[in-house]
Amino acid sequence: MEVLQLLVSGVSQGCVYGLIALGFVLIYKATEMVNFAQGEIMMLGAFVAFTFANLLGWPFWMAVIMTLLVMAAFGALTERLILRPMIGEPPFSVLMLTIGMGYVLRAGAGAIWGNEPRTLTTPYSGGIVDLGGVIIGYENIVIIVGTAVLCLVLFLFFRYSRVGIAMQATSQNQLAAYYMGIPVKRIYSLVWALSAGIAATAGILVAPVALVDPLMGFIGIKAFAAAIVGGFGSLPGAILGGIIIGVVEQFAALYLPPGFSETSAYVILLVMLLVRPEGLFATMLQKKV
Amino acid sequence: MRFVQKTSYDQDIRFFEHRGQVFWYGLLALAVLIAPLFIERFYLGELSLVFIYAIAGIGLMLLVGYTGLVSLGHAAFLAIGAYSQAWLMNQGVPFPLTLPLSGFITAAVGALVGIPALRMTGIYLAVATLAFAIIVEQVIIHWPAVTGGFTGMVVPRARIELINLDLQQPIAFYYLCLAILVGCLLIAMNLLRSPTGRAFRAIRDSEISAQSLGIHLSSTKTLAFALSAGFTGVAGSLFAHKLGYLAPDSFTIQTSILLLLMVVVGGVGSLHGIIYGALFIGFLPQMLAVARDLLPVGIAQMPGLEPALFGLILILVLIYEPLGIYGRWLKIRSYFEQFPLYRRATHKRQKSYLRTERLR
Repeated sequence: MEVLQLLVSGVSQGCVYGLIALGFVLIYKATEMVNFAQGEIMMLGAFVAFTFANLLGWPFWMAVIMTLLVMAAFGALTERLILRPMIGEPPFSVLMLTIGMGYVLRAGAGAIWGNEPRTLTTPYSGGIVDLGGVIIGYENIVIIVGTAVLCLVLFLFFRYSRVGIAMQATSQNQLAAYYMGIPVKRIYSLVWALSAGIAATAGILVAPVALVDPLMGFIGIKAFAAAIVGGFGSLPGAILGGIIIGVVEQFAALYLPPGFSETSAYVILLVMLLVRPEGLFATMLQKKV
Repeated sequence: MRFVQKTSYDQDIRFFEHRGQVFWYGLLALAVLIAPLFIERFYLGELSLVFIYAIAGIGLMLLVGYTGLVSLGHAAFLAIGAYSQAWLMNQGVPFPLTLPLSGFITAAVGALVGIPALRMTGIYLAVATLAFAIIVEQVIIHWPAVTGGFTGMVVPRARIELINLDLQQPIAFYYLCLAILVGCLLIAMNLLRSPTGRAFRAIRDSEISAQSLGIHLSSTKTLAFALSAGFTGVAGSLFAHKLGYLAPDSFTIQTSILLLLMVVVGGVGSLHGIIYGALFIGFLPQMLAVARDLLPVGIAQMPGLEPALFGLILILVLIYEPLGIYGRWLKIRSYFEQFPLYRRATHKRQKSYLRTERLR
């Protein structure tokens, strides 16, 4: 029973990591940029949702939709204003730039909403389901179901919509995509919008169970580990990597001495990099001359 | 503008290109040597801290600026240096021995981390070093027998018993840091004009062409990692004496980012840049304190103003002056050297396309 209980809470935590990791992977695949501020974008999404749903008192569904729209616009704007001038700069510069962005976002959120932790109350907060001894909160169910639905939507989007297919083409070969008449720069903005939207979804899903404060974005680092475990560049890999890390973390907290729970994500990451550096679902191949 | 006519091959590897450099560096050396006579105690301490940052910066610059490997976890090496220094001192090892020893210990750890890290490039390496730093932080917290855990540990005073010299006096400590910084700079300069240093740069510019020139990639990269860790470890042991008391919260991710900020703001890929960067982050708190007085109360009292400014500076430097303070200085200098004839296009950044790391 205990094991099942841990498994469920691990999976629901892992889904959040997975969703943030999904944002990393999308941006990396399409633009070859690494966005270290993905966790902070999730934090911002949680705060925006908190503002709409709790401070302004809008109906929850409307708050969710508005949050997604606002955050998608934010993502596209960030790409246009900050990342676009960096095209062609070494990857190290872009990495440092997004780290700097993370700092600014964290301080900005602290200035606007204050540094004390808040809780997002939702219509489904507080309910529990008892499945023969395994007690699951509604919030955790919503996280797992929400992730599954989002994955399905993303799958359909990439498979059938023109924009999704254009994104895939861009991530496979920018030059060829450009020759085919795909507006690569606009696709970049759209990818950033999409990934900010996914991060905001993660923020909305995790906010009812975690505290909303400017430092919550630090779980982005664990999501990074998830993305690498899954194989940087694979979308299902990101979710799976997130779930693996979430579950292991829960078990480490219970069965291993203190300190292992905080580090388990990174230990998995280092072991993974040693044993199978290309990740579970390898998509990256060696560079050719 | 000065054109140096080269008449022998030795001129290419000389420390100083021309007489003017000898004069100006000599003046600088004189200035830092007699500085303790004129500077207040407080600023002397800050200046020692700048020197310590600069030593760590040499380590990070070797890795980031010259070998092209990114480390987001250099605070871990700083911590290992600091803790091994304090532990060795507590075991009764005399100070002149502990300093190089803790450098070697850190270099050994760096090599150990480096070996698996070599199979990775770019972002993988950055995240692996970040993971390593977080693990080191947790080890420090959960290993109280050696590190004192959360409560921390006292660092014994740095003394040389033989001549009864207390190195922890501000002036003595200033000269100690200065001497070690100059020593490290000389080592780094010599390293960079040796075949090894050139191999580092070859790897930075293109791994594949470096490999085809016969450079052994993994051993060279391990060496770069070990050297970088070693320099940072020496800086860490001085840092331990500067702090006087070690606690895990001195060596967090923020510290790693601060070190990277130093390298970026100073100017990636130049030893001059390290000094500028170290001066910048060393005196940033003072500048911020002054700026706070000038700002309206509402903004000045805002919590988290410092990290926000850090982030902002990082973004602005990366977008507008990727070569940092040193790059800007070169531009200003060439403006005056060619005074009426300066052309903006001289320093125009070449338009480059994304260099893909992928096959498909």
